[in-house]
Amino acid sequence: MSPFEFRTRLTVTKLTRRIATTVGQLVQHLREVSASVVFHHTHHYLVQHQELSPEPPNDFAHWVTTALQEDELGERLASVDTVRFASLAALKARLVEILEAHVTADRNPRVVPDGEEFHFKDAVSVVLPTDHVARTVAEFRTALARVSTASIAYHLFESRLRLGAEDNDLSNWLEREADLPAVARAIRALDPYTYTLEGLRQVLLGLVPQR
Amino acid sequence: MTELDAYAPFVGQATIDELRVLGKRMRGRSIQHINSTAVGGGVAEILSRLVPLTRELGIDVHWDVIKGGEDFFALTKRLHNGLHGGPTTITPEDHEIFKETTEENLRTLQLGRDVVFIHDPQPVALIQAVPNRSRAVWRCHIDVSQPAPEAWNFIRPWVVQYPAMVVSEPDFARDVDIEQFLVAPSIDPLSDKNKELEPDFVHDVTVKHGLDPSRPIVTQVSRFDRLKDPLGVIEAYAQARRYNDCQLLLVGGGASDDPEGHQVLQECRERAAGDPDVHVIELPPDAHLEINALQRASTVIIQKSLREGFGLTVTEALWKAKPVIATATGGIPLQITHKYSGILTHSIDGTAYWMKQLLNAPDYARWLGQNGREHVRHNFLLIRQLRDYLILAISLDHRGETLIRFD
Repeated sequence: MSPFEFRTRLTVTKLTRRIATTVGQLVQHLREVSASVVFHHTHHYLVQHQELSPEPPNDFAHWVTTALQEDELGERLASVDTVRFASLAALKARLVEILEAHVTADRNPRVVPDGEEFHFKDAVSVVLPTDHVARTVAEFRTALARVSTASIAYHLFESRLRLGAEDNDLSNWLEREADLPAVARAIRALDPYTYTLEGLRQVLLGLVPQR
Repeated sequence: MTELDAYAPFVGQATIDELRVLGKRMRGRSIQHINSTAVGGGVAEILSRLVPLTRELGIDVHWDVIKGGEDFFALTKRLHNGLHGGPTTITPEDHEIFKETTEENLRTLQLGRDVVFIHDPQPVALIQAVPNRSRAVWRCHIDVSQPAPEAWNFIRPWVVQYPAMVVSEPDFARDVDIEQFLVAPSIDPLSDKNKELEPDFVHDVTVKHGLDPSRPIVTQVSRFDRLKDPLGVIEAYAQARRYNDCQLLLVGGGASDDPEGHQVLQECRERAAGDPDVHVIELPPDAHLEINALQRASTVIIQKSLREGFGLTVTEALWKAKPVIATATGGIPLQITHKYSGILTHSIDGTAYWMKQLLNAPDYARWLGQNGREHVRHNFLLIRQLRDYLILAISLDHRGETLIRFD
């Protein structure tokens, strides 16, 4: 059995100096920004707002709803099923599509009040191994209970973007190395975006057997 | 127990372990912080805690303080006010004073560390002598969103020589072609301002200042400054008081050496005259334990600023799990999600309305406070700031990369 090395992803926020005051400007910038900016605005809430349950939607939905008061558009953006997208490019394309449809139909575009502009941010991330290495399912479970929530986010969210929408590091190892295909499938079937990270940890601990 | 481990009860052992893993990547490297004061002020306060914690990670860390005469610090005070947007005049003599003081400091400071963080405008010109400029960072702690042009143009020639600058809020980003990072300020949960206190001590401090611990207390902690709108707080209290039994506490320092602050304090006292439930208290700047106790004794905390930097008094109140009603300005919306981790308002009437609501709905108020504390736990404690600085230091060797992988 190859060991499972728990890794973590730590980030510091970088400012792009791209600012939007309308939906039109939002979509214009969104078309041009890099994948890491899209990742930041669709995932940072998970780590930064761990106390919110269920997690708030992506930053775009949040801003459109709270700053522009465009509730219907906000709901459309919030309901984008992030878990279905195999790549950030595909996720970005879907967000752009929704925003463009709104811009086309909107005859009275709203402008956000001063001080509530949308600031596009990027993240510089460092991915590095933790001291937790599992050689058995029991060790895997023990480590899962101890690693940081950033590590759980890395193996569930970031790995999906590396391995494809249907997979994640945890399921991959449990199936291939630990011969636990049912547990692997159960984890794959989760929509991890609808839990807090601590909540997700508890769900995972409930699925992985104590052996 | 090590100093780092003392933070584990607040942020979790996993976060401390992760910080140690990150620290290993900087082991054997050196970091230097340079600012303008060793004591007093938020920067010195943070560095006094960050430096020993960084050292515990096995990183060779140094903290140097520049020296300057009265004329230099009078200039940098004006510069500071100008960067905040106030009217400022810079004379040719000011340029000379700044240049001479910088040169004097360059004669005594060693600037050859691997990574150099230079804090605020006073030492900004030291960049000219940093041997490895690609690893120097200008850390701007002040609100430079709308600076007076004279002030910004004064420091700009040096700022642009840095590869990166760090600001506390997105609005503070500047139109300069260097990388700009966002690192929010933080509070230290072990400091006198924020540490847990014995209930008896909290009770005694409350009684000592003439408040009745058995009745609701609504508090604003801030300097007596018009931008903190203490008179607006008194008016909001007066509206709420018609329906709710409560006491108002306005507490802060900084009035004794500030003519305008003294005037604002007097106006507050005059407005409060005749109402024994309004308490206007000036405390010395080092009365951290007393402020801590008064925050903990409060039922609701107000921060009705007209303009605000990050608003660390809000962070402190949230950390104490207090329901906070604050103006949606500066860094406050980063800390409070409206109706989830506190209340954001825009007016005196709105502040009064929510004061009544929270006094009448203690369960909801408690829930807001608990959510606020959790948000601070994950985002605004000292350990997060240390982690951000380390990631930033590492990233300086990987310019242009957004994903840095270590095996």
